Amino acid sequence: MNIELRDPNVVMKLSRLGSFHQSKLSFLRSFLNEFKDWDYKRDLFELNEKGYGTAVYSFKKKNRVYSLICFANELDESERSDRVIATKWDAAFTLHDGVPTKQDIERLRNEVPKQEFGRLSFKELTLSRANKSVRVFNHVVESLSEGKQPDKNLLNSVGYLYRTTAVYGSGKFGLADRFRIKDREEIYGPFRLEMMLVYLVRQFTFDQVNHVAKTKNPKKAVKLDENICKSLGIGNSTGLGMAPFIVNHPTLLNNWISAREIALKKIREIKKVSKKEQNIFLECLKKSIKNITSWNTESEYQINKIKSLLEDLNRVILFLDQNFDFDQDYAFNELYSHLEKRYCEECIEYVVSMMMEPYNDIISPLIKEMSSEEENYFNIPTDRTVEELKKIIEIKYPDILKIDFSKDENNLNFWFISKNKEEPRLANRFDEMGAELEQPLAIARDIKRLHELLLKINNDWTIAKFLSTNNELRHVVRRVFIVEKFPYSEIQDNTIGKTIMPIDMLRLKLSFFGALKFDPRSDKWLRICMFQGAPLPEKLKNYDEHWVYN
Amino acid sequence: MRSLSEIETVSKRSSRAAGYSWGIAEEVAKNIRLLEIFNLPGIKNLNSFFKKKKSLSLDMISIINQDNIANRDGYCPIIAGVNVLDQIKTLEKLNQINFKKVLYPLLFLPFISRATAVIGKRIFLKIDDKEFLLNFNNNIYSNYAKNEIIETADNIYFKVIENRDSFNIEEWNELYKLSEETFVEENESLKQGGAGAGLTDND
Repeated sequence: MNIELRDPNVVMKLSRLGSFHQSKLSFLRSFLNEFKDWDYKRDLFELNEKGYGTAVYSFKKKNRVYSLICFANELDESERSDRVIATKWDAAFTLHDGVPTKQDIERLRNEVPKQEFGRLSFKELTLSRANKSVRVFNHVVESLSEGKQPDKNLLNSVGYLYRTTAVYGSGKFGLADRFRIKDREEIYGPFRLEMMLVYLVRQFTFDQVNHVAKTKNPKKAVKLDENICKSLGIGNSTGLGMAPFIVNHPTLLNNWISAREIALKKIREIKKVSKKEQNIFLECLKKSIKNITSWNTESEYQINKIKSLLEDLNRVILFLDQNFDFDQDYAFNELYSHLEKRYCEECIEYVVSMMMEPYNDIISPLIKEMSSEEENYFNIPTDRTVEELKKIIEIKYPDILKIDFSKDENNLNFWFISKNKEEPRLANRFDEMGAELEQPLAIARDIKRLHELLLKINNDWTIAKFLSTNNELRHVVRRVFIVEKFPYSEIQDNTIGKTIMPIDMLRLKLSFFGALKFDPRSDKWLRICMFQGAPLPEKLKNYDEHWVYN
Repeated sequence: MRSLSEIETVSKRSSRAAGYSWGIAEEVAKNIRLLEIFNLPGIKNLNSFFKKKKSLSLDMISIINQDNIANRDGYCPIIAGVNVLDQIKTLEKLNQINFKKVLYPLLFLPFISRATAVIGKRIFLKIDDKEFLLNFNNNIYSNYAKNEIIETADNIYFKVIENRDSFNIEEWNELYKLSEETFVEENESLKQGGAGAGLTDND
């Protein structure tokens, strides 16, 4: 049986992309899988009684060492802010390539806490900072120092001791460019070193809280229970900075979505689903419900999404238990077809993620295909013709060509870079100043403009001839030739319309990161939790790969 | 030290701010990255060009011919370069392409370097007395390595170099003969077991 890949014109709609959930393809899970055999070590831990100081953690294999250097500093209550415009944090971190020398640590002590205003070197790979959840951190210190474990309900309601507000890599602020490290096999999957940083930061938060409790009351203090540690992750506040990334990296976006789509196609093409595979799928699906019921958010938008997801999933589970024959041929294809007809997008994509759980043999090779050599697709094939360009647009952007951009509601917003923090923002072009400095992220509008222009041009013209007098739309000409080769490289929606939900773009990226429990704080930023439930570094060698659902 | 990623980002944004379309700004960003990789002064020249751009009367060429003569202060290196890159498959058929007066010619160079990768042939580029052999966008061989701003070039030409061997057949044969000393002579039974042995290819 040959199942077609899903239509990009369906999958690449923002509402669908914003319904994606973590899966075996997610970067934090593939990071753990890749590094499970590496030697983990805490190399340095020099904190004072309040928990301020320096710590170093490392992963090592053969001659390769990655070291997380942590700087924990005193922070006045009034200075603690999760906004990206903050300038001080409870702790700052960098992942160093190799074993840092004393000179490296001293150099980094002056630079890392400054974050965007510091300068890193090619020896540093990623950079981040984090703030305490003061309420939770202090409660844990108090409890442990009194010889008690903390209140699990409080911990569960927050999910972490620290939350990061940015994780930088790929050459930012002087960090190593990707080309220096991209050929290392252990980092073939995207964002692997960003994941390593967050994972090791999580361990630092446990060590720090234990240390502070112990120094507060050396005789009575106990350590934070390992199972409680496991149940905690690292929080993350994420704003619009992430949204343009998926527009600016079309081949990378394609490779992420394509991996998911190929996985689904291959799973639907399986004729007989073994009992073991059925059980893994059903067990993961049923156990995962607790991740939804423990999903706390005050966002009405998200509460409604969770409610309909939960209702749908309970119906799916009932259907699977009572009416579904898993021994029939192509059972997963039957299930998928059933879902498409009857359930919401959020539920469909949730179950698609679950379908991947039994199939390491399908997923593992796809993970290695999720990076991209974007440079290889940058040049425009200028010997092609206007007729070809026009046809590609008509085939690849059918719904976008139907949008009427002369209506204000379809052209309402513009993306710009804020001057004070160099961060992407979205604003109403009719109410706010600065629309003339719009970033090239209104792809749908510009594709429509290009198509309208091409209708007036001779079909036989080469693209070189067309561009010689029409370079204003060059950026989308490039994209059209990319989407011809990479069908999932383009969001098939209007990113400047009245109904845009930017958090859909954030959720897409965060689902590939492996985040759980999206908590939108507005339509433009949200909080998530990473590595909640993940094995601790000391226990990584024999970990349960379905830890997400335990 | 600035990373290449930072160099690319700032070059793109500044090119847009200097009045180029986003698509061309993307090209400039890749080019400045390339110059800096090859240790040529990309940022220095781009910055100088953008500072002076408003005071210059630029020739904005669209179709590149065999001989191109600027009428005003000189050709804009970015517009001339992007059109060479776009039109290289037509231009490679010409023997030599000449430009009279190009402003900030180092900004023109990376477009030609990238064009070598598009056509799969080397290009020899001469900017006044400075010579550059551009090799498939992988490296640049040159008699010039100064960290300086070049505001203008009176004469620029480039020639596409056809792909041909740099050695003669005798030299090849001699080396090949030596390489044969790593081979093992096959006996009859080994020959019988070789791929395709015993079959005809006419079935």
